[in-house]
Amino acid sequence: HPHQATQMSNYCLNILVFVTLQQRDPMLKRDCFEDILEERRNSSDLKYALRCYAPVLYKGVTPCKANMLKNIVLQSDQLHYVINQVSQESGEAPDIIQEEASVILEEMAHRLQISTVRCFAFALSKAFKTLFQHVCVNEEGIQRLQQAIQEHPVVLLPSHRSYMDFLLMSYILYTYDLALPVIAAGMDFMGMKFVGEMLRMSGAFFIRRSFGGDKLYWAVFSEYVKTMLRNGFAPIEFFLEGTRSRTCKSLTPKLGLLNIVIEPFFKGEVFDVNLVPVSISYERILEESLYARELLGVPKPKESTSGLLKARRILSEDYGSIHVYFGQPVSVRSLAQGKVNRSTYNLFPRHIPRKPMEETQSFVNDTAYRIVRLQEDNMVLKPWVLMASLLLQNLEGLELSVLTEQTVWLRGLALSYAAFLDWPAPTAKVVSSSLALHRGLACVSGDRVSLVVGEPLGPVTPEEALFNRAVSVLSCASYRNQVLHVFLRPAMLAVAMLHLSDEVYNCFSFLWDMFSNDFILCPGDTVQDFEEACYLLVKTGAVQMPQQDIVMTDIGQPTLSFFNGLLEPFLQGYQVVCRYLCEEASEGLTEKQYIPAVRSFAVKLILAGNLRCYEVLSSDMQKNALAALLRMDAVRKVKNRMISHINQTPISPSLSLVAVAEDLYRDGLTPSYIR
Amino acid sequence: LAYCATGCQEIMKWNGWGYSDSKFLFNKKGQAEFTGKRYRLSGMTLPSLQDWFENTFGASVKHKSPPVLNASVVPPPRLNEAFVENLKATGIPFSNEAEDRVFRAHGHCLHEIFALREGKKFERVPDMVVWPNCHNDVVKIVELACKHNVCLIPYGGGTSVTSALECPPEETRCIVSLDTSQMNRILWLDENNLVAHVEAGIIGQDLERLLNESGYCTGHEPDSMEFSSLGGWVATRASGMKKNVYGNIEDLVIHIKAVTPRGVIEKSCQGPRTSTGPDIHHFILGSEGTLGVVTEVTMKIRPIPEYQKYGSVVFPKFEAGVACLREVAKQRCAPASIRLMDNKQFHFGHALKPQVSSIFTHFVEGLKKFYITKLKGFDPHQLVVATLLFEGDRERVLQHEKQVYDIAATFGGLAAGEDNGQRGYLLTFVIAYLRDLGMDYCVVAESFETSVPWDRVLDLCQNVKERIIRECKERGVQFQPLTSCRVTQTYDSGACIYFYFAFNYRGLADPVHTYEQVEHAAREEILANGGSLSHHHGVGKLRKEWMKDSISNVGVGMLKSVKEYVDPENIFGNRNLL
Repeated sequence: HPHQATQMSNYCLNILVFVTLQQRDPMLKRDCFEDILEERRNSSDLKYALRCYAPVLYKGVTPCKANMLKNIVLQSDQLHYVINQVSQESGEAPDIIQEEASVILEEMAHRLQISTVRCFAFALSKAFKTLFQHVCVNEEGIQRLQQAIQEHPVVLLPSHRSYMDFLLMSYILYTYDLALPVIAAGMDFMGMKFVGEMLRMSGAFFIRRSFGGDKLYWAVFSEYVKTMLRNGFAPIEFFLEGTRSRTCKSLTPKLGLLNIVIEPFFKGEVFDVNLVPVSISYERILEESLYARELLGVPKPKESTSGLLKARRILSEDYGSIHVYFGQPVSVRSLAQGKVNRSTYNLFPRHIPRKPMEETQSFVNDTAYRIVRLQEDNMVLKPWVLMASLLLQNLEGLELSVLTEQTVWLRGLALSYAAFLDWPAPTAKVVSSSLALHRGLACVSGDRVSLVVGEPLGPVTPEEALFNRAVSVLSCASYRNQVLHVFLRPAMLAVAMLHLSDEVYNCFSFLWDMFSNDFILCPGDTVQDFEEACYLLVKTGAVQMPQQDIVMTDIGQPTLSFFNGLLEPFLQGYQVVCRYLCEEASEGLTEKQYIPAVRSFAVKLILAGNLRCYEVLSSDMQKNALAALLRMDAVRKVKNRMISHINQTPISPSLSLVAVAEDLYRDGLTPSYIR
Repeated sequence: LAYCATGCQEIMKWNGWGYSDSKFLFNKKGQAEFTGKRYRLSGMTLPSLQDWFENTFGASVKHKSPPVLNASVVPPPRLNEAFVENLKATGIPFSNEAEDRVFRAHGHCLHEIFALREGKKFERVPDMVVWPNCHNDVVKIVELACKHNVCLIPYGGGTSVTSALECPPEETRCIVSLDTSQMNRILWLDENNLVAHVEAGIIGQDLERLLNESGYCTGHEPDSMEFSSLGGWVATRASGMKKNVYGNIEDLVIHIKAVTPRGVIEKSCQGPRTSTGPDIHHFILGSEGTLGVVTEVTMKIRPIPEYQKYGSVVFPKFEAGVACLREVAKQRCAPASIRLMDNKQFHFGHALKPQVSSIFTHFVEGLKKFYITKLKGFDPHQLVVATLLFEGDRERVLQHEKQVYDIAATFGGLAAGEDNGQRGYLLTFVIAYLRDLGMDYCVVAESFETSVPWDRVLDLCQNVKERIIRECKERGVQFQPLTSCRVTQTYDSGACIYFYFAFNYRGLADPVHTYEQVEHAAREEILANGGSLSHHHGVGKLRKEWMKDSISNVGVGMLKSVKEYVDPENIFGNRNLL
């Protein structure tokens, strides 16, 4: 009952506004940053790399040699249990399985060596100074972390936008004399022979990308991580998002590793676990155009040492500054208070692996989302991020003065929505320096600022031209995406209001549901997010809420239309996907065929002049749209007996797809671009 | 009026633990001494106690918090005249003197003793006390109580630490404390079957002494045995220090006779084991006075062991000690008693060393310390000590001792002499006296216990201690609390853990309330870590809230239905357990 829902929401508003204010408040008190490169520019890197390094460890434990750690893991009850189980199932002798486990561990384990770390410290100092203007860190966060490391096992959870992330993390911790983390890294790094080993010696341990059914692998892996955690030998670091976000939006979290690090708390093996969200924001991402190409279907180059060396070219460029914000440590114990009954673990031997209970699963899922949101909250946003958002809504270009003026306006809006902006100089200056830094993406010709389209060499086909333009748009979008978390909720409300003004909550809730693969929307938070959106729009005067209604104000028009424009690429993208599935998709479409098929469908639309949205060409959006449709049961996977590989399972549109499509098409939700 | 036996009112403190003549105090020189003549420590000065006390708690002998001198005014008794009349006719002695009633209105929980010391009024105390002399007297009293709807609360040694003796404030009927202390005879002794038939009011030390005269013992030695009674042991499922040889109370009883409102319950034979449905003894064991009064018990006896030897082993770390105890349990070669004290308790024990009289002893002590800490590299802030007590014929004891020391050696344990062992057990008996000393100087303390599977022992100890420290901090306790634990019993599949917890309460408005909150949190932590609600203290009223989670709804229902049948009018209305 839509009306009731709106009423109910309105009723809750007063209470929730207060809650929201309280929740937002501590966030507003953010720490100050220190530039750690400053000292590097003024003193010897060699001395720095060789200086005394004596971090304080958890409860003063003595650090554990890599080999000793392996032995503890191999001799653990947990592993023995699984070894016997696998041995019974496969008929192999336990020693052989044990040997296998030992090989897996050998392949996985880190070999942290302080000498390698020192090498890195030296080399990275040199590299960072060339690449970046500043590397800024919030020192208060470092102090909190230091405290946390001594008291409880710590899990570092940085955002993941670049290969640089984990080198950077270790570099910072080394700089501040903190215990170096052990880092879960994807096996693909191992391909780079020399570098892989270097990373291993600087604390990386390698895990296969997929090991779904491999019990032994899972057992070795989880026991390895838990042993390090339980004994507090080192902070554990991994990326909740699972992989680098190619779009610079936070990815929906993966739960595997988080489950592993939280379980020792539930089993009473540790008193608490502290999760420390770390937000790493790059002013310019090293992989910028690489990502765009990857999203457009040019496969990602296989990691190889020579490939990395070729990347030397990038050393000659300016990548602006990096901000690293170490968030408030989150105590798993406090989070779980009242949500998970630990005594349910009492009746099962702790060394026998067991699927987490439903209660636990939803707790871990919830926690993961909260942490990613905390990461988002503390992401430092550069002026360019706002400028990119404006440019994308004006693909034909903008007068420089208009861009500046609108940037000022958008800055005000962002600030009132608690965005964490870094605005080092007056806006005019900031705008021109941003344009200079991102000259690869935007150009100023005369008075007009517009997106750069990669200069083609010689004559090009229309497809090639389209592709070039798409690279620019997607690169630019990766900056706009960084601000989305600030505006997302009010923007969804704005879209809902403009199109379905009498069923605002329902429409909001539909969009919320639809987009929850693309954005970080904590499960079950629909109402709360709606309240927050209302609160923020009311706060900035864009809407009023007399009685039960939500009404746009006169001054609200620019805000709401900006928000509409902000989400339009997503709405269009999803519509194109729906259209494709309804109109074109053949019966036996497999997941593998899906992406190229949608892509060529969209290319056709664009070339025919029927679609101007380039973002739909992004495989990320296509995947998210499909996942959403699957989740909403608009599309179903049909098991094909002939082909068992999941990627080749045909997708068949179901009846409710029509409903979703209708929802998306309805009234104004159908933009003029699709004719 | 009270008929005096060992541990009776006249020679006991009214607002603290144990005998009036025995107490710790700091003398004028600032040295601690233990008064009286009853204990090994009596009359001795303990030179290091003050330092330990002040350093551990941040307390000072200058900050005294002495008890009030007189008991507070007691509300007048609500007597049931008809009941009193009928009782008079039976000739069973009774009293409604304030002193007698207050004495039986409490056990030894911190809040109870604290209230007595502060002169705070109990909300509800028994209205009268009766002293039955034998089983038949109890039958008469229970019949009269049923007839006149009077509430009965059985009282044995008064050593409850679970608020089990507290009178329910909402009880409007006349509350009669049924004191079993006069039922203290050994009725017969059967040397063929090695059993003794004993009245349930007998106090532990008397039972042991009387049996010893005939060359026997029960071997049941709970830490409270100086004051606790046989009936109390049955009603709470007590556990004795030497259960490894003799068993816990449930293993020791052969036959129980109890009087309930429905009548007398007992078995028809003394068969050593029966298969006759659920064992009715187990309705009575642990019933905590909610179903009736245990009047007579037939229990196993053993010849007094020929030889007894204390011992101790020092381990470099608590973990090593636990691993050793686990191995000992696995090999089922535990001595009569084996206990592992953590580092804090080890230091605590050391603080109780009496003044060393000869230079030679001093020298030897120094040498021992040097050997352990310097030569063997044990960290004095990590090392722990296991105390041992062996019993049996001499040869077997020595053999057994070697076996245990050999196991200990594989875990890095070093034999540390008989003296250390004996002192460990001494601590057990004087700990409650020490609590009174603490309370004289703004320190509150309590102990609690649990049982837990072996694999969770370390984690449970660790987490509970940490929880206590954290809770104290959050609740504004200004000084670091003392949290200490020991493994006091070993079983095939787990162990009993005993915690000491104390803090300096200066600066707190309501120390008892703070204490209770922290203990509550500690119990939740225990349960979350796989520990039981209680190993031997029982549930009383203190731990009632967790019963449902502990034994399931159906379990609670089963117990309720028994209560409903046996005592539909809630004559035994202490409201423990359920």
